Amino acid sequence: MIPELGHFALIAALLVAVLQLLLPAWGVYRRDRRLMATAASAAQTQFLLILTSYLCLTWAFVSRDWSLAYVAANSHSDLPLAYRISAVWGAHEGSMLLWVLMLSAWGAAVSVFNRRLPPDLAATTLAVLGAVGIGFLLFILLTSNPFTVNFPVPDNGRDLNPLLQDPGLVIHPPMLYMGYVGFSVAFAFALAALISGRLDAAWARWTRPWTTTAWLFLTGGITLGSWWAYHELGWGGWWFWDPVENASFMPWLVGTALIHSLAVTEKRGQLKAWTVLLAILAFALSLLGTFLVRSGVLVSVHAFATDPARGIFILSFLAAVLGIAFVLYAWRAPRFVSEGELALFSREGLLLLNNVFLVTAAAAVLLGTLYPLLAEAFNLGKVSVGPPYFNMVFLPLTAPLAVLIGFASSVGWKRARVAEVFRRARLPLLAALIGGALLPLLLGHRLLIPAVAGGVLALWMLLTSVQELWRRVRARREAWAGLTQIPRAVWGMSLAHAGLGVWVLGVTFVSLYSIEQDVRLGPGQTAELAGYAFRFDGIVPRPGPNYDADHAQVQIEHEGRPVASLQPEKRLYRATRQVMTEAAVDHTPLRDLYVALGEPIDKNNAGGDWALRLYYKPMMRLVWWGGVLMALGGLIAVSDRRYRLARVASTQPLSSQVPA
Amino acid sequence: MTKRQKRMAAVAALLLGLGLSAYFVLSAARKNMMYFYTPTDLVEHRVSEDARLRLGGLVTVGSLKRGEGLNVEFTLADCEKSLPVRYQGILPDLFREGQGIVATGRMQQGTFVADEVLAKHDENYMPPELAKSLKSADGKHNCAPFKSMQQAAR
Repeated sequence: MIPELGHFALIAALLVAVLQLLLPAWGVYRRDRRLMATAASAAQTQFLLILTSYLCLTWAFVSRDWSLAYVAANSHSDLPLAYRISAVWGAHEGSMLLWVLMLSAWGAAVSVFNRRLPPDLAATTLAVLGAVGIGFLLFILLTSNPFTVNFPVPDNGRDLNPLLQDPGLVIHPPMLYMGYVGFSVAFAFALAALISGRLDAAWARWTRPWTTTAWLFLTGGITLGSWWAYHELGWGGWWFWDPVENASFMPWLVGTALIHSLAVTEKRGQLKAWTVLLAILAFALSLLGTFLVRSGVLVSVHAFATDPARGIFILSFLAAVLGIAFVLYAWRAPRFVSEGELALFSREGLLLLNNVFLVTAAAAVLLGTLYPLLAEAFNLGKVSVGPPYFNMVFLPLTAPLAVLIGFASSVGWKRARVAEVFRRARLPLLAALIGGALLPLLLGHRLLIPAVAGGVLALWMLLTSVQELWRRVRARREAWAGLTQIPRAVWGMSLAHAGLGVWVLGVTFVSLYSIEQDVRLGPGQTAELAGYAFRFDGIVPRPGPNYDADHAQVQIEHEGRPVASLQPEKRLYRATRQVMTEAAVDHTPLRDLYVALGEPIDKNNAGGDWALRLYYKPMMRLVWWGGVLMALGGLIAVSDRRYRLARVASTQPLSSQVPA
Repeated sequence: MTKRQKRMAAVAALLLGLGLSAYFVLSAARKNMMYFYTPTDLVEHRVSEDARLRLGGLVTVGSLKRGEGLNVEFTLADCEKSLPVRYQGILPDLFREGQGIVATGRMQQGTFVADEVLAKHDENYMPPELAKSLKSADGKHNCAPFKSMQQAAR
């Protein structure tokens, strides 16, 4: 009964989405305010219906309803409750349902928070979101319905993929989807601007918090995904340039560019058409990401089972969305006239440069990701592009960005005073140069030029961010007053830039100074790695709720003193007969020690020699802390007062600054 | 400079930048591309021993031999030919005899020396390029290595 309710609610949501597109669109055309106002209630109704549907599916998982094919394929009676709830998005159908749930939630949020938007802009934005919703709801109902019934009903489920039975995966997909889907709001605003032909500072101010919110979720989602892969895949890697990772990283790069170009559009009234284009591209890349993950056209650890119908549907949807968006863009964007000249040595000039680098980097990642597909299509053979390509193109394209960030606050809008900028840059530059050279030595590593370069760039970003906050504190007589007077937007920016510095520091050290070794050890034997002695104390069998584990004891000593005791596991999940590696990590801010169990050398003798993978990874944690700081910076920036003021101030209708 | 000249200079700089980055990207792509081969390809054609490449096939049942330390040897087969593979390190969790895998490495005197071995996380999932290369003439997955896989599964 409950699954039928869920299915019905989903169909009803589709009908409401159609209304959400048609009624407000007709209202805007006829300039009928009452019709425009229906958009908000339609968006909220659509959200409630999809939420109902989602809860019904969750209930089916919680109550172990094997009569649903999707539940039976991805759950098991022994699966713990937390994983039964997260199993809803453990495979294709349910994760698409989560996707539309988030989409409708964003729509409902826009309808609630932007009540003071000019009615036609609000109505158009929600109508666009309705149209996107129609696409995805049709996709679910036609090709990937999670409410499909199973007959005959099996005795038990086939269990959730063991890889996904991890706390990291409980939060990673919802966060990532929030980010992905969130760019639909920026897209909807961009289309509304194109349709109305109006794009001014107020438009940018409305769009900014939504974009930043989507961006911060995406940042958090990617960071969590990296953390999860590190712990769960047992390879000790944190980024693989896997197609699906790239699929989330490209919208991130373009979204980052969008955040910055929106600032220029708001403050200086420039880069208008470019901003709109970025908003379209960010969402297009999110859709492309979905296509790559769902269609199985690319070989990836994340690829779900292949189904050509799904791929074709999403590809057509992508083509339709992009086609409409670009036609509108070509027709309307020339109307957006920039106000005044853009000087290169000014904040807006540097932000334009930042955009060029970010978008080029995104294009390079896109090329590397799609190259195997293109090669196959043009009969150039079956090719794969490995991580060396991405590292090779990505470094030169992002290093200049790190240099630019240091000037983020000292270079003012319009035209900067060169002398003032260099006077302010002197101290952090000097400190970064000395610190960058000393850092590897202080940590007892060999001096490598790339390490010094990375360290200098990282410290440069960190120190200039702190310097800006310090300068603002010093500007007041009392330190506390100064600290509390700093606008949240500045806090957010400084924190995010400092976060990038922390991230670069982590990436530099972990890529250059990691030590990895596969060893064969018998019980009681010791292996030496980076000055740490790893003693393997053998295996004990230990059953879990739905798996049996070989539980190992590894003692680590450094210069004769015990440092850590780690318990990596090898788990055999009973329902699927799948083997999983559960790595064990001891971490401090300066280094990770990572042990993963390989396999017993003799399959039938778990008490004998084992293969073990040992890692020493300096500054690994900084990579994720950097991501957390960036997301936190976004959160603080979004909570800035002026966005709330902007909502109040926008009660009076917009005066068009653009000749229509 | 006049406004017009300034604008021309900006456009020229932009084009130069784009051209340079396009050049970097394409040359990096060319250098880091790896082609996918089947055992038949490698047995029948000579491949440069310098080229790093990817080899996909099924691990022949009964072929896995362990040596000193973490050295392992096994053979990879498709529907026609098979090829010896050498590897040092930890094999992935899903590595089993009869399982489809993709190995990355170089050819050395008739043996494929792998530096990375990947088995897919979902045992029903096979990389499409591998699945395609393993089809026999009638388009079905029923040649000898697959039969052994089905037996191994039992």
